[in-house]
Amino acid sequence: MSRVFRWAATAAGVLLLVVLAAVAVFLLIRGWAAITASDATLQSEGNLPPGAHNLAGYIGPLIFGTLIAAALALVMATPVAVGIALFVSHYAPRRVAGAVGFVIDLLAAIPSVVFGLWGAQILAPRIAPLWQWVADVLSVIPGVTVRATATGRSMATTALVLAIMILPIITAVSREVFKQTPHLHQEAALALGATRWEVIRMAVLPFGRSGVVSAAMLGLGRALGETMAVLMVLSTSSGTGYSFQIFDSGVLQTIAANIAAKFPDSSGLAVNTLIATGLALFVITMAVNMLARWIVSRRNEFSGAN
Amino acid sequence: MAQRIDVKDLNIYYGSFLAVSDVSMSIEPRSVTALIGPSGCGKSTFLRSLNRMHEVIPGARVEGTVAMDGVDLYGPAVDPVAVRRQVGMVFQRPNPFPTMSIAENVLAGVRLNNKKISKSDAADLVERSLVGANLWKEVKDRLDRPGSSLSGGQQQRLCIARAIAVTPQVLLMDEPASALDPISTLAIEDLISELKASYTIVIVTHNMQQAARVSDRTGFFNIEGAGKPGRLVEIDDTATIFSTPRQQQTEDYISGRFG
Repeated sequence: MSRVFRWAATAAGVLLLVVLAAVAVFLLIRGWAAITASDATLQSEGNLPPGAHNLAGYIGPLIFGTLIAAALALVMATPVAVGIALFVSHYAPRRVAGAVGFVIDLLAAIPSVVFGLWGAQILAPRIAPLWQWVADVLSVIPGVTVRATATGRSMATTALVLAIMILPIITAVSREVFKQTPHLHQEAALALGATRWEVIRMAVLPFGRSGVVSAAMLGLGRALGETMAVLMVLSTSSGTGYSFQIFDSGVLQTIAANIAAKFPDSSGLAVNTLIATGLALFVITMAVNMLARWIVSRRNEFSGAN
Repeated sequence: MAQRIDVKDLNIYYGSFLAVSDVSMSIEPRSVTALIGPSGCGKSTFLRSLNRMHEVIPGARVEGTVAMDGVDLYGPAVDPVAVRRQVGMVFQRPNPFPTMSIAENVLAGVRLNNKKISKSDAADLVERSLVGANLWKEVKDRLDRPGSSLSGGQQQRLCIARAIAVTPQVLLMDEPASALDPISTLAIEDLISELKASYTIVIVTHNMQQAARVSDRTGFFNIEGAGKPGRLVEIDDTATIFSTPRQQQTEDYISGRFG
């Protein structure tokens, strides 16, 4: 029995690696034509947007837009998610905690296309005045001009929708980690005369740190790859330039949404080009995850796992 | 700094369940009081009521008074957090904070009190506390290593150092050596005898030889049956309890006839 189980567990592990490798190989093979094509061929057959003269000039702004969208979403979602998780695990009475947990899990069940509709139709026009105000305030800084679009369909709105979408996964994972904080350590803090917040600061947060990072990485992975919601909010953006004007519409676009937008009318080398951008997304996601693992492992011996 | 504790007519409840009934005792300053008794007799619950740690469990409450130098710890204006800063506690299993270094562990309680403490004062306090816990010689070269890198016995002494770093009035110990090997146990017992000079110590132990070795007075708790409250059967000088106890139950317990 134990041999069968070991075999099954090993097979499952190997299968995961095989799937990952298969995706990487697919992206490489199908993207290869675009990667090796000359700039002239790309321009004539690759369906490059105006302004892009080669593959790097095409993918660069898209990578930039993807990273900005995901980073903003993560910055907005993580503190809120940690707050909710702590409320559920350490503050709320049991019944309230259960209800809040249920609502958060429901949020995870909403399809991304619904988030996209809501973001584009409901959120964007209503939040536009807020972004306008933020932009005006920031523009007070000498030498800084911040523009905001009246439609609200900007990177900031996109990131906000993404933040709401990744909130449930970060919350759920963080909550489980916080709940597993050893009682021993919480009692140690309490016995020293710690208030509840101090218990959280001394025992719960340090213990849960690596778990929260993992949770954030899961959320980041979703934010990096999210397609439909981004596409629906940012449908008017071209993805052809670098810009920090996150309240404005126009140039910022993400890789995934760009693929979805262009794929239906692409053929031949244009498809290979899109797949090459997908390869870039794959590499970014892996790199971000590895970076996060490395950050966590640097203080591993203080993790409490030993 | 050591202070006396007077417990009067103390009933401890968890919700409607009476866990410990009608305890009265006086705990002298600069003495070691041992609490012995079979499992489930309420001795740990009673110990935890002395720094209000039992209130961690929802629904816990007490009737009666626990007075430290005349001030009732359960007075309406008393914050349990403040009580725990006065009454230190060492637990059954060593529990240094795994995310902190040895030095940070010692300073954890002081940092809580939000006192600004200079680097040299902090270093002094770390050394003084670790010397006080008989751990300094073993760890002085690796103060920045994680507390969890120490052996079980060393971790427990680190926890004692952490507890005494805030100079509490009273030190409570809940079976502090029960998870340790005999040599580490001896080290903890020696330490208790030294700490007695400065602190009021109450220790819960399952080990009757340990109670006989370290304590000045011993209280015997017992329970009549499952679901019944634990009671303090008697408390007396340790020598008396272990030679000529007044109650038959006590004699049965210490002679190993039950429990």
